[in-house]
Amino acid sequence: MVDKNEDPLTVRTPRSMQAPAGQAATAMPDAIGGTIRAVIDGQTIKVPVGTTILEAAKELGIRIPTLCHHPDLCIAGVCRICTVEVEGQRTLQAACTYPITAPIKVSTSTRTVRQARRHVIDLLLSRHYGECYSCARSNNCELQALAKEYGVEFFRFGQKEHRDHEIEDSSYSVVRDMDKCVLCRRCVRTCIDLQEVGVLEAIGRGDQTAIGTFMNKPLADVVCINCGQCINRCPTGALREKDHIEEIWEAIDDPAKHVVIQTAPSPRAGIGETYGLAPGRALTFEMNTALRRAGFDKVFDTNFTADLTIIEEGTELILRLYNALVKKDPKVALPQLTSCSPGWVKFIEHFYPEYLPNVSSAKSPQQMFGALIKTFYAEKNGIDPKDIVSVSLMPCTAKKFECNRPEMADSGYKDVDFGVTTRELGKMLQQAGIDLPNVPKSEFDDPFGGATGSGVIFGATGGVMEAALRSVVEFITGLKVEDLYEHADIVPVRGFDGVKYLEIKIPDAVGPVPDIIKHLVPDWNWAKGATLKFAVAHGTANAKKIMEDIKAGGKFSECHFIEVMGCPGGCIGGGGQPIPTSPEIRAARARAIYSEDAAYAIRKSHENPAVLKIYEEFLTDGPCGHKSHHLLHTHYTARGKYIA
Amino acid sequence: MTAAHGNPSGGPSGKPTGGLTFATVDSEAGLKVALSGPRPDIVMKLRESGLRGRGGAGFPTAVKWTLAAAARGEQKFVVCNADEGEPGTFKDRVILNEFPDLVFAGMTIGGRAIGAREGILYLRAEYTYMRDALEAVLERRRKAGLLGANAGGLAGFEFDIRIQMGAGAYVCGEETALIESLEGQRGEPRNRPPFPVDTGFMGLPSIVNNVETLAWVACIMAKGPEWFKAVGTDKSTGLKLFSVSGDCARPGVYEFPLGITVAKLLEAVGGSDAKAVQVGGASGHCLPRSEFTRALAFEDISTGGSIIVFGQSRDMLEVARNFLEFFVEESCGQCTPCRDGSVKLLEGVELLEEGECSTAYLRELKGLSKTMQLASKCGLGQSAPNAFLSIVEHFQGEILGRSAAGI
Repeated sequence: MVDKNEDPLTVRTPRSMQAPAGQAATAMPDAIGGTIRAVIDGQTIKVPVGTTILEAAKELGIRIPTLCHHPDLCIAGVCRICTVEVEGQRTLQAACTYPITAPIKVSTSTRTVRQARRHVIDLLLSRHYGECYSCARSNNCELQALAKEYGVEFFRFGQKEHRDHEIEDSSYSVVRDMDKCVLCRRCVRTCIDLQEVGVLEAIGRGDQTAIGTFMNKPLADVVCINCGQCINRCPTGALREKDHIEEIWEAIDDPAKHVVIQTAPSPRAGIGETYGLAPGRALTFEMNTALRRAGFDKVFDTNFTADLTIIEEGTELILRLYNALVKKDPKVALPQLTSCSPGWVKFIEHFYPEYLPNVSSAKSPQQMFGALIKTFYAEKNGIDPKDIVSVSLMPCTAKKFECNRPEMADSGYKDVDFGVTTRELGKMLQQAGIDLPNVPKSEFDDPFGGATGSGVIFGATGGVMEAALRSVVEFITGLKVEDLYEHADIVPVRGFDGVKYLEIKIPDAVGPVPDIIKHLVPDWNWAKGATLKFAVAHGTANAKKIMEDIKAGGKFSECHFIEVMGCPGGCIGGGGQPIPTSPEIRAARARAIYSEDAAYAIRKSHENPAVLKIYEEFLTDGPCGHKSHHLLHTHYTARGKYIA
Repeated sequence: MTAAHGNPSGGPSGKPTGGLTFATVDSEAGLKVALSGPRPDIVMKLRESGLRGRGGAGFPTAVKWTLAAAARGEQKFVVCNADEGEPGTFKDRVILNEFPDLVFAGMTIGGRAIGAREGILYLRAEYTYMRDALEAVLERRRKAGLLGANAGGLAGFEFDIRIQMGAGAYVCGEETALIESLEGQRGEPRNRPPFPVDTGFMGLPSIVNNVETLAWVACIMAKGPEWFKAVGTDKSTGLKLFSVSGDCARPGVYEFPLGITVAKLLEAVGGSDAKAVQVGGASGHCLPRSEFTRALAFEDISTGGSIIVFGQSRDMLEVARNFLEFFVEESCGQCTPCRDGSVKLLEGVELLEEGECSTAYLRELKGLSKTMQLASKCGLGQSAPNAFLSIVEHFQGEILGRSAAGI
């Protein structure tokens, strides 16, 4: 059922996403085949032709330090920290770029190599401004670690004594301190190659080289989508999220304020890493206790509104299909595209504004929750919404931008006051002296309660699709998802393939229309025998492939529903998650999320009792009804690529 | 034919050139020979001639072309590197001004040798004024059937040449940076391997050759390898053009056999009382009088042809500063040793000027220079400290012990 997405590749791959020609050698093993003997520091290993020295050394357990290298990015070979001696070569060679294509003898730690590495570190330190104590990345900084590893005890080539750049904090999400930049260009490769946004690029030459934006404009004024992937890959403190820790402490310390926090699914799978735990251990219920100890008045589960999103967005999809197929309304835009990822939403606003009608009008779970806290929750508990400070814990830097969108104030107040990242919360809890991994577990607070497995898997790519399918399939067929997919695990939409594709054929026997949407769709006869087509993409580079295919009228233009997450891996790889990141780390976080899903008694959004209750008590005109439209749906801004 | 004595040619002022061998060779004779024989004959002849790259690196042209000829690719390219940016070089300008047909014939021969249909002349931005004339030459060659379909009258051989302008970056003289620039990218060197012969312009096999190299190719085809290697040394065959400037009586473009000593060259240009000579431009070496016996050849002191003469009154520290300022500005900014190392060396020169540089720190800077030579990504960074190192080595007495007052 899964199609590896061959068709969209007929669209010519843009130059920016091809590995630069100078790196093509790493693709040689397939072409040539065979293995080659390499001797590294006296140890022998056989490697496929084209393996880099760095990879071969790693196999042998030999550590070669790196800085500009990153497992998610194409090779650059610019920092020169990984240089090694190759027998027969006049100069040192960068281990990260050098492909082994002939028998080779390498020395990774000669006097010359050590001196060169030490010089490179000393040079980088000489252009690096600021000290470690006051840096957001202290103890999580690759430059600091290298300085320690190579025994830097003094600044051999001096130290920068004054700033050359102002701290650039125009963006709601990303703060740039270019005086801490070591020009490894990981952010550039992230922005251009990994995400295909292309906001950051090296500008200037020689000693004037700097990472800049178009015409060096503030980040807020260019086509940045706030995904924060650059932050995740920055080795130093040059890029960081806009920090709200102090404002939140202030609110907590103010007795007049009622401070609530909603926590998204991905941070619970990542926050352990800020305490030094190995990736993949979820601390969901420990975090509830910790947040209360830190002073939050209530701790809610964003999964509640994830489930609500499924009902609203699923209903919207059913309505679009019904209006297109039965009412033959030509204005219906299909495929419907998800809207939970604010990085993706800003991407489409900039790069494909003509497709905004395809984006689901349902707000993201964060913003649905924000709107409900200052209306439903405030009413129910007799709290003046102006006294509520609504915080959201997100794996995401784009959520900071999203909660500041002017349209996100349907409660009459700013729906979500602060979006904090997993990294920021890790710091807050440490400031509060809380030993997160070892505190007792506790539940989420009512009235929203716990959630379903469907809400939890929103954190991984394919999760929203799986959650939506669990509900939509049951709605239409009247069958149980378990009858179609073992344990209701819709495996074809899981995993890290860049683009996933799935078709589901609706049987000729359909079920009754569930009560909750009966007033919208009279029956399912129109869906009998239909083949519904779905796709999933994560990372905006993959989203771009899908959008280009849709533009060209390819197979994705025939899809009915497409999930897009702005970040590679989905939210578990979000720009607000702990640093470092790598495919392995994201896979471990995803495993944590799927095992939580499996442990839930209720695993389908439409079976969430709290969701059903809110439609009885508050959103009484049902999904996509008047009230939900007012509070839970929104509109978008066609921004385009023009930079003023 | 030997040219034991240099032939003064068009100097920086662009005076007409006489006496260069290029003036005596029929540009189309070589092309005719190359197109009339079997393809492999071309590289065979080049191998026999011993021709090595005239841009300065001295890579054997036949090897480069053989690799590109053997490489697989839907398309291949002949690129002429006319980004003559090395301080003190101007011989390519003279060649392009006066013997463009030789260069274009050489490119066409290259196209035949490796199986390319397209040639690109990458012309440095500062030579924009030459573009119209060069385009006219190309147009004339097209009309004469020397370019285009059945080029040179060879049925089925299609080859044309276009001109693409550089944008003023020195580093684009480095062949992989040049290719990046050709592709519309920021001009920055690529990682090597793979090399352009295999993965060049648009990821396809490409040869990148200096203007002068291509002109010699046309001459070798016309007159034969034996004629070419009759002069020069075993490892550095043939004649070479030198751009001579600085403190000498007769600056200009000269032609000498490779292997000529610095002293002999100085004699010919009227610079025998020089204090030092910078061979190879900013990226080359600074030779004191004691080294004037050295030979200008790939096996001794290699050069792309830039000879800058420093008279007795020159301040060598100022010379070092001048070259380092150049590299601080012209490093592409990509790799750490070159970008930041050049800055530290320049700061070191400033300390020396003020008499504030300790011998210990000077030793540290020499070590850093070695790191730059070994660990930089491309030839620019690897050669950026050369001038500094040779001046520090050979003129230690002059540069140490200055006071802030400059005494």
